[in-house]
Amino acid sequence: MNEANVHQEKKRLDNPPASIQFKIQRREKLGASEYWETFEIPYRRNLNVISALMEIRKNPVTVEGKQTTPPVWDMSCLEQVCGICTMVINGRVRQSCSALVDDLLVVSGGNTITLQPMSKFPNVRDLKVDRSRMFEHLKQVHAWVELDGSHDLGPGPTLSNEKAQERYAYSRCMTCGCCLEACPQYHDDNYIGPQAIGQARLFNMHPTGKITMEDRLDGLMGEDGITNCGNAQNCVQVCPMSIPLTRAIYETNRDITVNALFGWLKK
Amino acid sequence: MASNGLKIAIVGGGLAGLAAAMKIAEQGHEVDLISVVPVKRSHSVCAQGGINGAVNTKGEGDSPAKHLDDTVYGGDFLANQTPVKQMCDMAPQIIYLFDRMGVPFSRTQEGLIDFRRFGGTLHHRTAFAGASTGQQLLYGLDEQVRKYEAAGTVHKYEGWEMLSLVLDDHQVCRGLIAMNLQTLELKAFNADAVIMATGGPGLIFGKSTNSQTCTGSAVSAAYQQGAKYANGEFIQVHPTSIPGEDKLRLMSESARGEGGRVWVPKNQGDKRNPKDIPANERWYFLEEKYPAYGNLVPRDIATREIFQVCLDGYGVNGENQVYLDLTHVPAETLTRKLGAILEIYEMFVGDDPRYVPMRIFPGVHYSMGGLWVDFEQRTNIPGLFAAGECDYSIHGANRLGANSLVSCVYGGFVAGPAAVEYAKNVERKSTETNGIHAAELKRQQEINDSIIKNEGSENQYKLHDELGKWMTDNVTVVRYNDKLKATDEKILELQDRFKKISVNDSNLWATQALPHARQLWNMLELARVITLGALNRDESRGAHYKPDFPDRNDEQFMKTTIAEWSAESPIISYEAVDVSLVEPRKRDYSKGKAKAAGTEKGGAPQVPQPGSELKPEGREEMLVREGEKITKGESIKE
Repeated sequence: MNEANVHQEKKRLDNPPASIQFKIQRREKLGASEYWETFEIPYRRNLNVISALMEIRKNPVTVEGKQTTPPVWDMSCLEQVCGICTMVINGRVRQSCSALVDDLLVVSGGNTITLQPMSKFPNVRDLKVDRSRMFEHLKQVHAWVELDGSHDLGPGPTLSNEKAQERYAYSRCMTCGCCLEACPQYHDDNYIGPQAIGQARLFNMHPTGKITMEDRLDGLMGEDGITNCGNAQNCVQVCPMSIPLTRAIYETNRDITVNALFGWLKK
Repeated sequence: MASNGLKIAIVGGGLAGLAAAMKIAEQGHEVDLISVVPVKRSHSVCAQGGINGAVNTKGEGDSPAKHLDDTVYGGDFLANQTPVKQMCDMAPQIIYLFDRMGVPFSRTQEGLIDFRRFGGTLHHRTAFAGASTGQQLLYGLDEQVRKYEAAGTVHKYEGWEMLSLVLDDHQVCRGLIAMNLQTLELKAFNADAVIMATGGPGLIFGKSTNSQTCTGSAVSAAYQQGAKYANGEFIQVHPTSIPGEDKLRLMSESARGEGGRVWVPKNQGDKRNPKDIPANERWYFLEEKYPAYGNLVPRDIATREIFQVCLDGYGVNGENQVYLDLTHVPAETLTRKLGAILEIYEMFVGDDPRYVPMRIFPGVHYSMGGLWVDFEQRTNIPGLFAAGECDYSIHGANRLGANSLVSCVYGGFVAGPAAVEYAKNVERKSTETNGIHAAELKRQQEINDSIIKNEGSENQYKLHDELGKWMTDNVTVVRYNDKLKATDEKILELQDRFKKISVNDSNLWATQALPHARQLWNMLELARVITLGALNRDESRGAHYKPDFPDRNDEQFMKTTIAEWSAESPIISYEAVDVSLVEPRKRDYSKGKAKAAGTEKGGAPQVPQPGSELKPEGREEMLVREGEKITKGESIKE
């Protein structure tokens, strides 16, 4: 995506509409039924989905003129590094901070943008979901390096820059959940998913982390483990940080095989 | 339960909060960790540039003593030097610890941690992990703390916001009240010690480079309960940020280093496409006013000039923005030298800066001020500690790039053990049974109830917009006493109007309206501290600049501003600064500047000084560029 040296002039929104409609899938609270409401705001250049939501929040009136409750969503960094504002926009899971209204309108050709919460997580209210299970998954795979303590023991092991950069790619994961939302195998939290496998890989690649690799692999060998992957490769396509998730899955599978073999030989 | 059941509460799960949590949990003590967002999503993720520590692995003769000197000099001699020294001494160990945690720092050919040059120093002192060092360091601590969470030592309360402290009759902190942002349930957290690590207050200025969680609300609550707030008026503004409808995002100074030209249309409100405006109808105001340095004037000057041009009505489309134009530079050159940086602009603005001039404006970036703490990170309230951007202790009047991450971790590493030490010795007496927690919880519930019941005509989001605009216009780059006075009156008016807001959400489940209303009130209180601190300080120092008082005045103002809350107005007093280690001297970067710029621009002559000395920020990113290649996926932000 980024390697293109040839510049293609971006397709612009030549005749912007006077106003944009946001069709938002809403829910009053956990367990309540969902419903849709549509809001309209005047078109301005350089809106992203978040700033449109901020505008709607100030005075939430639907296109029918009904005063309603302000839509609720999560946001924090607005620079696509915290992962919190992820939602499904025009059918595609992504961060709403980096979803530009002009781009969305160019692609859709209309003046309506559809916003939905991620469907694979408990829907707290409106566009807000609860992804705490993803952090639980990180516990399950022991996604950390075991230290003797935080006192001064000098630097860590030497490492080639190439290896450091390979790990860096995995370490950019912001636990946004796009990979789980897009994964056809993931539903009802039946599968630990690409995120946790990527993080297991991150630490298994580290010279110190490798020492406790078995703990991480154990976390991936249960019923919800790595074997659930159906190789659809959706994860790697939706990952906003371009993390090589399918490679993590492949390499971790290899580690499990090797480990099982040596584990058996050890007995 | 380990070691006599000490319990420490930490508010905020960014670098400082997690650093403290790790230290406390490591000693076997329990921690309640309260955070408005899952801690992994804290604002620390936004720091890109790196973390400073004088390891001297480049054979340059760097040392913690030089790091200390650079930091206090950069801070224009307003920081107490003892804690700065402690931080600089600890910095190499901090970097090595993160290395052991597995943070993927960029490496040298020998496999050691690589270091680059950053602002305000001549040494390679900045360790970095790609272009997202803050994110990587935060994740490192997040992982370690998760281990303690899995072991049951750390209890996370994510999605909870602190509303107030619980103080006993002797003004001793005994815990805090927090609100569950989903259910709006209030809970009293009983604690032997509380550590505030809640970050900066950027949202007081409406739009800033800060995350949406950076309201300063919890700190303001503590201030209103008697915690001293120090140096509030010192707010760092970065000259080139990308104005967004929702926030400001940094545009690296290297864009100007690579030939970017700053201009506005000569005709106010000229609506034409920038490409259609001929050269003679463009005002290259930096080049005109500073013919020697042109667009490469130091950062503080650029900030002030851009700001002034917009204030005078020349902003593009009448808005607060000017063009930063790179379109005359060959696209291939730009891709090679600035690729990752320009991608950020394109991602959020949608224009390709290689073909369309960027629109930029100075953006509020960092608060040097914060809760007053002593050299052990103790606030004036017994049992209350503070660390990170929410405390004032390290950066003086101006922060150097890549010093924020190290100061956060240092603060947490000091506050954590200090809180344990305090908690071991504090007597609980009857504080667990005498009802102070229940009483404070009731008081907070009543505030919530009254806001919910209120039915007035004011809209809280519009009040927030007004506050942001007034603060940005009058209390950032250039400060005049009459405007500061008017701003304080405006804040009082907003406080009055706040009483007439109605929460426009009839569904209270997971509502953002009530939390925002609570934050807004606290922002208004803190805005007064910032504004009145600026009003009272009749000098120019670091980030604080008054044209009517253009010089630094050490005799009168080499002092820490202390604000204490009263019902009427903040009470301002001053405290001497510890300058026991580095003797104060005039801050003048012009010599180093000319050299640094000379290597970039073929020996550009000295920039004329418009009434104030040069600031170190002016040099930061240009120094980074010397001999450094910005690789793909990498950009610099300090």
